[in-house]
Amino acid sequence: MATTTGDPGLSIRSLQGSARRRRKEGVVRYLLLGAAAASMVVSLLIVVALIQETVVFLANVDIGSLWSGGWFPRRGEFDIMTIFIGTMLVSVIAMLIAGPLGLGAAMYLSEYASPKTRRKLKPILETLAGIPSVVLGYFALQVINPSLVRPLFGTTSTFTIMAAGIGVGILTIPLVASVAEDAMYAVPRALREAAYGIGARRRTVTTKVVFPAAVSGIVASLILGFSRAVGETMVVAIAAGATSGATRHWNPLEPGQTMTGAISSLAIGSDQVKSTTGVNPFDSLFFVGLLLFVITLALNLLSERFVRRVRRDY
Amino acid sequence: MAAIAPAQQVRSTVELALRGKKRDIYGRVFQGALLLSLLLSLAILIVLLGTALADAWPVLSTRTGDFITSNVSRLDSRAGVRQGIVGSLILIGFVAVVALPLGIAAAIYLQEYAKDTRLNRLLTTNIRNLAGVPSIVYGILGLVVFVQVLRSITGPNTFGRSFISGGLTLAVLVLPIVILITMEALRAVPKSIREAAYGVGATRWEVVRSHVLPYAAAGVFTGVILSLARAFGETAPLLLVGAVTGYLSSPTGRSPLEILQGQYTALPTQIFSWSRLAGDGWKANTAAAIVVLLVIILVVNLAAILLRNRYERKW
Repeated sequence: MATTTGDPGLSIRSLQGSARRRRKEGVVRYLLLGAAAASMVVSLLIVVALIQETVVFLANVDIGSLWSGGWFPRRGEFDIMTIFIGTMLVSVIAMLIAGPLGLGAAMYLSEYASPKTRRKLKPILETLAGIPSVVLGYFALQVINPSLVRPLFGTTSTFTIMAAGIGVGILTIPLVASVAEDAMYAVPRALREAAYGIGARRRTVTTKVVFPAAVSGIVASLILGFSRAVGETMVVAIAAGATSGATRHWNPLEPGQTMTGAISSLAIGSDQVKSTTGVNPFDSLFFVGLLLFVITLALNLLSERFVRRVRRDY
Repeated sequence: MAAIAPAQQVRSTVELALRGKKRDIYGRVFQGALLLSLLLSLAILIVLLGTALADAWPVLSTRTGDFITSNVSRLDSRAGVRQGIVGSLILIGFVAVVALPLGIAAAIYLQEYAKDTRLNRLLTTNIRNLAGVPSIVYGILGLVVFVQVLRSITGPNTFGRSFISGGLTLAVLVLPIVILITMEALRAVPKSIREAAYGVGATRWEVVRSHVLPYAAAGVFTGVILSLARAFGETAPLLLVGAVTGYLSSPTGRSPLEILQGQYTALPTQIFSWSRLAGDGWKANTAAAIVVLLVIILVVNLAAILLRNRYERKW
């Protein structure tokens, strides 16, 4: 450290500033890194917890009961297909609602609305995004099913997969709209102006220029919406019924059980009675949780791929 | 005058030729359909609020104050949401104390310190994926870690089903959201601010502490409020970490730690369990509790949106 530059008053050390300041800098850096690493711990805990308890369940259960006629944990019937079909029905119905409405809202906000109307209309979606899912569950049970599903499809059931799907769809609209709008808003102005310059109308610009340019982001918004619908719990728990179990069926106008619904009804104890087969039905919750985690993770990674492609293009 | 007329004539002829004879009806219909899909969301909101208010009217018109100050009861005419509101506020306090410092610190590291290394990219990707994990999976995490493994700390007398377990679970749930929102707010602060501070010899932490954070504060604050509101309405994870859905005795004369290690319920959990009970009385109670929940959440969200509009900075 004796690298003085002729003048003994000025050394590299004096340029480095006070040691206390540098020490503080180092400490703060590691504290912040620690906080960032904590999120890694959370992921590891999720994976470890799910896998460990799933192994316990799979070790005890009769593998044949994972592929039987229905999902009846109390009777020792853990037909995964039943709740998987339920989840897919709810999610597809949800996307039939959230896809068109979310994309329509996004196109209007991005291409048609002036900055002033945009500022006025956007809070609608933000408010809808803030509504807790338990409220939408009540809404699906008390309004959507009796006044929309029953007269429209002529069913008499108090609980239907259809009503739950519509409720989940309403919850998903803001997510689809905001991701899709970001993608369309990011399309460079020059592309639009080139189209206007050769006489294109606004509708043509929206559907033939902006939409193709933003298509990866739009696909990403739909995948994210689907993933959100797959993981939605409370609407299904309240409005889809079948808390004690369901047989395998494809009819959206009947009560049904989804993966999330199965977990929640196992948790609140309506299925906690020890079954005759010696397996603790409660443990199946972890198995379903692991499947749910894997499905949503795959969907999220897929959507991230699409989002990254938008960024690379422009 | 005579010189102008032909020019006008030419202009109108050209305009007619350019515009075409028919008006753009499909364009109008398309625009109308797009606007309609946006306004349909508004209509849904209005119907939802209207239904909740109408269903809740029997309760709200006769015993609003009583409903808010009463405890859980087996009788629909005496049940209230006091324990739910207090429980939710304590849970939110937990989230604020645990998730906010941790989340903001992590965001500062990832946005201001981290170089573009493989480890840091992994951290960011991981956080983005955590934000997409269904909330009920966080409930399973809380069940295994806080309720089962850490039982002796979180609730020795309640099988781990305590405020501490519930609060920590919600904190873990909103952590990735807080990180992502804070990172976005930090990203919006222009580079020139940082470079000016570096130019006069500030260290990295000094740059962040006295230059970046003050400018990003409004954005961070808005995001934080919105994520707390989200935690306030979360129900599914609480079902797994043992929020009481039935009767709950009110704690009297216990130390703060004993209360935190004790049984708990939350406002959305009450709504869920009441929505499953039969009878018009419980239906009205459910709707009234929903009105209370929505009033709290909508007021908080509105405050956050107004705050953002007020302090939003254009660079």
